[in-house]
Amino acid sequence: MTDPAASAYRRFRDELLHHGLLISMGVDGLFGRSGGFERVLEGVNAAIGAVGDVDRPEVMRFPPGIGSLQLEQSGYLRNFPHLAGTVASFSGGDDDHRALLDSLSKGEDWSGTQRPTGVALTPAACYGAYPVVAARGRLPEAGALVDVYTWCFRHEPSIDPARMQMFRQREHVRIGSPAQIATFRETWLERARSLVESLGLPMAIEVANDPFFGRVGRILANSQRERSLKFELLVPIVAEAPRTACVSFNDHRDLFGRAWAIEAQDGGVAHTACVGFGVERLTLALLRHHGFVPGDWPAGVRHVLGL
Amino acid sequence: MSDPLKVRIRTVLKTAGSLQQGVEAIRDDSDLHAAGLTSHATVSLMLALEEAFDIEFPDRLLRRKTFSSIDAIAEALAEIGVRDEAA
Repeated sequence: MTDPAASAYRRFRDELLHHGLLISMGVDGLFGRSGGFERVLEGVNAAIGAVGDVDRPEVMRFPPGIGSLQLEQSGYLRNFPHLAGTVASFSGGDDDHRALLDSLSKGEDWSGTQRPTGVALTPAACYGAYPVVAARGRLPEAGALVDVYTWCFRHEPSIDPARMQMFRQREHVRIGSPAQIATFRETWLERARSLVESLGLPMAIEVANDPFFGRVGRILANSQRERSLKFELLVPIVAEAPRTACVSFNDHRDLFGRAWAIEAQDGGVAHTACVGFGVERLTLALLRHHGFVPGDWPAGVRHVLGL
Repeated sequence: MSDPLKVRIRTVLKTAGSLQQGVEAIRDDSDLHAAGLTSHATVSLMLALEEAFDIEFPDRLLRRKTFSSIDAIAEALAEIGVRDEAA
């Protein structure tokens, strides 16, 4: 059975390619971005930054990779083995090189010559922050607030241009007491709503769950929903349904606090939460709702984006 | 404690539940999540129960609530045809 949304995804993708906003790379979910696309995206990113800067977060910028051990420690491999990506590289001697050359010349599979490097691709921007904060020891009374922005990878090749394999996330990460987490989430639910409203986009904020793998994942997904640990700000991009999550609000409780042994001010385990903005998705939403020519967008929207 | 089904559940819980306190301190109606049964321990418990009773929980029972107490687990097992005397 074909996905009823498939032709709509393909049409929207082709329009973006036709207008030169995205650049085909021949792989589903991998795209180049044009200067015009990047100008809008940087406007979105700057607008998010402007909203969060009032809290004076600590800015951390990481490369799009983390240690494989960190990926393991986070529980990501247990929960999302289907989405994770790790980096492999050639690490042999002359004999192995000969085997590689042989495979290449015959057009055969050469992946056997690759070995794990100990580097994994970052699945979510916030993963860089937790071990850093944990290594500092007991949290101060104010907890920690970190602003991260990086490229992420998720292995979910799709023709939906809003489901890329490599994309950027701007996140604010809160680490502290349950009360600090609750305040953070309430604040950002409101901030995200008014930011997306100012961009002239239709939206709804709903309880959501992460795409946990397999049968056991159903328990985790149901449990996450029942406890309202995740909300998503959804915008219809390709069609009215399914809508696309452009912002997510995640309360991890003490999951990451335990995983990385982050010590709370009171000596217990710290709680964590993050709010993540999918900047490509918001850019695509703007292009869908206001048209492919940003110069023609409503003045108010252009003003928010600094265009 | 005489219910053989619940005795077997306790045996599974002891190894798979990773509870902070001993299973002896847990009543049949005690809230297991409150007793420290984390999401991941719930998953381990579910898998261990499936192995111990040679069953597969249907999708509708793959919820936190199913594993919220020994009573709840017994009820779920009964619902899918596991009998007391199966021990």
